[in-house]
Parts: sequence; structure tokens; C-alpha cells
Amino acid sequence: MATVSEHPEKAAAYIADRSRSRWHDGALWFVRSKRDRMAHSLPEWERLRSTASQIKAHTIANLPEILQQFEANAKARGVHVHWAADAQEHNEIVLEIIRKQNATRVVKSKSMLTEECHLNPHLEVNGIEVIDTDLGERIVQMRGERPSHIVLPAIHIKKEEVGETFAKYLGTEPGASDPQYLTEAARQHLRSKFLEAEVGITGVNFAIAETGGFVVCTNEGNADLGASLPRVHIACMGIEKLIPRLVDLSVFVRLLARSATGQPITTYTSHFHGPRPGCELHIVLVDNGRSRIRDSDEFRSALGCIRCGACMNTCPVFRRSGGHSYDAVVPGPIGSVLSPAADTKQHRSLPYACSLCGSCTDVCPVKIPLHHQLLTWRQQIASQGLLPVSKTAAMRAGSMLFQHPRIYALAGALGRRALRWLPKSWIYNRANPWGLDRDLPEPPVESFRSWWQTNRQGTSVDEGMKSKEAKNGK
Amino acid sequence: MRVGLFVPCYIDQMYPDVAVATLELLEGAGLKVEFPAAQTCCGQPMANTGCNDAARPLAARFLDLFDPFDYIVCPSGSCTSMVRNHFSDLVGNDPRLASIQSRTFELCEFLHDVHPVDFSGNRFPFRVGLHQSCHGLRELRLGGDSEQMIERPDKVRSLLAQVQGLSFVELQRVDECCGFGGTFAVNERAVSVAMGEDRVQDHLEAGAEVMVASDMSCLMHLWGLISRQGSPLAVMHVAQVLAGRSPSVSVKNSIKPKAGNVL
Ligand code: SF4
Repeated sequence: MATVSEHPEKAAAYIADRSRSRWHDGALWFVRSKRDRMAHSLPEWERLRSTASQIKAHTIANLPEILQQFEANAKARGVHVHWAADAQEHNEIVLEIIRKQNATRVVKSKSMLTEECHLNPHLEVNGIEVIDTDLGERIVQMRGERPSHIVLPAIHIKKEEVGETFAKYLGTEPGASDPQYLTEAARQHLRSKFLEAEVGITGVNFAIAETGGFVVCTNEGNADLGASLPRVHIACMGIEKLIPRLVDLSVFVRLLARSATGQPITTYTSHFHGPRPGCELHIVLVDNGRSRIRDSDEFRSALGCIRCGACMNTCPVFRRSGGHSYDAVVPGPIGSVLSPAADTKQHRSLPYACSLCGSCTDVCPVKIPLHHQLLTWRQQIASQGLLPVSKTAAMRAGSMLFQHPRIYALAGALGRRALRWLPKSWIYNRANPWGLDRDLPEPPVESFRSWWQTNRQGTSVDEGMKSKEAKNGK
Repeated sequence: MRVGLFVPCYIDQMYPDVAVATLELLEGAGLKVEFPAAQTCCGQPMANTGCNDAARPLAARFLDLFDPFDYIVCPSGSCTSMVRNHFSDLVGNDPRLASIQSRTFELCEFLHDVHPVDFSGNRFPFRVGLHQSCHGLRELRLGGDSEQMIERPDKVRSLLAQVQGLSFVELQRVDECCGFGGTFAVNERAVSVAMGEDRVQDHLEAGAEVMVASDMSCLMHLWGLISRQGSPLAVMHVAQVLAGRSPSVSVKNSIKPKAGNVL
């Protein structure tokens, strides 16, 4: 079992480099602004969102039937369909297909599912070379990192750093940071890998039950090369990627690119409907905890996620703390919903890495109520006893105080007086995390309730006040 | 008609003038306002932390205290949203809940929708940066947000827009969160402070003299940063602006010597 990871510490470490954090925030805000302009350009935007959300709700409700329909139609097209209950089974299935080909070289385009299953290390320890062909993924792969964002995997890396990485691994000019030059170098490098590869692995953006086909969207065309040059194509997908009909696809394709990068459509939207002559096409359908989410009333709609990444781009916490601070395959708001479902204890700090601003909920193209689900996670974490005792105790103490108005009023008066009279060093120290960077408000002499008593006495209907007034002989 | 004044605990204790200003606005509109003084806190800090057991008795107290009123008005979007959107998690089986929820209003919402008040006689000759608080915006829908493509009347802004001499500065990020988020401000201090600093910077760059918001909690956090930086930016609750306070007075939290001071 993995150790508990705490978001606040990792976030603080990233933010300590204020200029990097600002730069990261600016880069993602730029993407979100593009998304806003694109969404604005479609008068039917909100209708598309509602439709997408309804289609997904329907799909999730009828998932078993829709999956069977897909399997039957895909098989009829000559596709090998595999089922994996969990990550391990998925990895074994993929390895076995590769082994049957006596293959050792694999190219892989972007797939969050294979990240989730940790496919690369599994193949590598079994002597298989896996090359990620998405440019951003290739960069993080060379650097031995994991993607920090599901759509922009290398968004945390500056172009100068990409230059350093390429100089080391691809022999480019040291100090070069021109994106055009670096991209060309990566292109040449990847081309040779494409030509050598014996098996191509891709993800799946949408699988269509009605046709048995599926769709992969990329901006670099790398999935098309990976699926077309090698003789064998393995497509790995979570079981939630289904949509019922081909007509439904139009709704999602229009929402996906606009939400993800602010493009009207991804550069390549490729449809696969069976193997090429003499070649093989495999599809691996993976559960890995998805059925469990489907069974929960609170989180079911999170399965509608189309992995556009818009919630990450809009999230003010993600933008400043960086994707790695989440210590999860899927970071950001949706990751903070999905990760605790996989391991609540390990990811218990993620639902709290959120100011509950609600921006993710309103940006999500399939209308997942993300910030409400994060609040629900907090309730579950608290009721499972996974909150630090200091927090639950403080909340209980606060509750007791607030249940007794007189004690509350007294405590307030004492607190305000203390703030006025205590030496600054007693107030501004390590024990007061608020005061490390922020001044406390200047405490007023009088609370509102005491002002009310003096200025509006007699108009109150409150019982507590009445008895007090009686005591005062009024 | 009986209006119950719902004063969030931190306003009661730390920003009483915001409550007085709210009271002046409601009374100025000819309403009979009462303050049930046994009220304390609606339970939001506990509920937001997930500690529903600790929040439940506070929500129940709220129902007991405010049930007699025709309207319940609160100068905070976040506390109003707690009652309207989150009490059902706590006291969902209480038969009084739905009715109380429908009678509970955020101040600007009340002055805009329920009991319209004309502020065109007021003067406030300052450049104002409007900080749209998230709960007001995305939970109460006091205005349209930048994520959704839905036109909505901007209730806070349209009240302020009536005031003579008041001009709005335009921010780069019109509805970015300030980073307060209740216990988030302490739990995720680094992120919270970074968000707040960026928010303040946006207002300064836009040339604001006064940052105005409908939630004093956001302003408490932002003022804390402004004060630490020594920036020349005042913060005011929208109720204070509408009630005719001047920026110099409102910086001090204490209540003005005499109530009823419309400019
Ligand atoms: S939760 Fe919504 S916004 Fe976030 S990645 Fe999924 S579809 Fe996109």
C-alpha cells in the first residue's frame, strides 16, 4: 500500500518558486481563455453540455448492455476484444499480445489508462522498449517524470528545460530553446521509432457501441502513425469511454477540443473500424475500479469524464500548485474525485485541495458536479475517521461553542480584547498559520450583538435576549 | 412583514459595521428588522470540512431561530448558500427546511429581486474593483460567471452601478477565486496566499481605489495580504458602500459613532 501523500506540502514546495508558479498559472490561464472564446462562439454551448451530460448518464446507467453491444459489433468487424478487471490483468493482456508477435519494440500514443495501469514499467521489466510518441509525453518520459496534466503532460516544463533534455538524449545544440528546432529534432527521433516499432498502442477517446468502431483524437497525428505503421494495433480503454450511437459522437467531438485546448476540433480525429488487411486490431476494455464508482450514488456521474482537462486549466489551485502536487495519475478536480475512490486513505488530502470556488463544475463539458463531489468526499473522509484528530477536535469544539450563544459572545469579546492588547509576537507566530503571511483584522471594540443590545433593545424577539433584558430590569 | 437579520459569526465579532450597514439598508427600505440574538454560526466551517455531525446541531438551531420570519437576509453569499444549498445534507428531514430555504436571501439578491431599493441618490466618488465571491456567483447565481455561457443579471454590480460617482475598473480575471475558502486558507496556506496575492495584484493593476465584495470573508483574507504589503487599496463590503460609508471609515472595523449616516 502506498504511503499517504499530502497535497499542502507538495503545493507549498512548488509555490516556493513563485516565478515558476506564476508562469504555470499564466500558461494554463491562456488555455482557459482560449476555451472561453471558443465556447462563446457557439450559441448552443450550454445545450451541448446538457446533451452530453444526458448521453453519458444514459450510457452509465445502461453500461452492461452497451458494452455487450460494442463487443459484438467490434468482433463482427474482426477486432479481438479483451476484458480486464484491473490494472494487472490489463498489463498482462497487453504483454501477452506483444509476446505472441515476438516483438520487443512498441510505440504508444497518449493514453491516461495505460498511465493509470503503469503499463510502461510493466513492459520495460519484461524487456520491451516502449516509446511514448506524444511530444509532451516523450519529454516527460525522457526526464523520468510522470505527466503533470492529462492533456498537456509537459505543461510544467519550460522550453529551455526541454532544450536541456533534448541536448542530453537527442544530441541537439546545448542551450537551444527554439520550439520549432526542438520539435523538428523530436520528429526525426520519433520517426525512426515509428519505423522500427512492431506494435502500436493507442488510447481511445470514444468507442461507439452501435458501430463497434472507436475514435482517437490527437493534435500531432502520432496515434495514426502508431496505429498504421506496425502490423499490430492495441487500443486500451476504460469501460466508461463508450457512447451508444455514432450521432452522439458529434456532441462530444465539438465539446472535447474546445474544452481542452480552445480549438474548434482536434487536428486528427481518426476512426478505427477493424484491422487493416493482414494486420491485427486488439481492444482491451478495463474496469479497474470503474464499476465501483458506477455503484456509488454520489460519484457515478464522474464516469462521464471525457478527459478534456478543462477542470485543471480553470482550477486556481491546480494552476498554482502544479499537477505533480496531486501525486496521482489524474490530477486536478476530477483527479481529486477519482483518486480517493481508488485509495481513500492515500489520497485523503486531495478533496481538501480545493477552495470550493465551483469553477470546475461550471467549466466541465459533461456537467460533472465536481466541487459538490469533493465536498461529499470530505464527508466520507471525516466519517471514515481519516481526518487528523486536530481537525475533528477543532470542529467539535467550535460546534460546542456555537451551540451556546452566551459562551460564544464571551469568547468573542475575550478574543477581540486579546487581539488588541497582546504583544504582536504572541499573535504572529508559527502557531497561527493565518498570520504568517496575512494580517489579522483589526478587532472592533464592540460586536454587532452588543451594539444591537444597546441601540435596538426591545425590538428583539429572541428568547435569550428577553431573559437578559428581564435580568437588567428592562 | 418580519425580516430576520442573519449575521455571520465573523461579521458579528470582527466586522460589526457591515451588519449595522445591512440593518440601515433594510430599515431604510421601510422594513421591520429583527436580530435573533441567540444566533451564532450556520455551521459552514464544520460542514465544509466534512464534519457534518458537528454542523448538524447548528443548522437545527438556525431553523428554530429563523422559522418565524417572512424573510431572512444575510450580508454573505457564502453563508446564504450554506442554508440554501447545503442544509439539506444536515437537516434534510426537517419539514421546515424547504420553506426557510426559499425565504433566505443574500443582501444584494434581496435588494435586487425581492425588495428593490433605489440607490441613485447616493454618491461614492471612487474607482471600485468588484470582487465577485465564488459562492455568490456560482452557488447563488448572483451574476453570470465566465465559465458558463448563460446571461444572468449581475445583481451586486447593478446595485453599485446606481451610485453616483462610482466607477468600476476592469479586471483581467473577472471572477477568479481569492483563495479564502474557509479552512482552506489555513489548511492550504501556500496556495491560498498565492491566490490572494494574485487577486490583489489584479485590482491594483486595474487601478482600483476600493475593492468591494459581497462577502466579508474574502475581504478579510485579501485585506490581510493588502495590509501586510502596505498597498494603498481599501476594502469595503457592498453594504457599507450602499449605506454611504466612506473608504477611510470602513477600514476600521468599528461601528461609526452614530448610525443612519447616509452621505
Ligand atoms: S471532469 Fe469534466 S472538465 Fe474535468 S477532465 Fe473530465 S470532462 Fe473535462
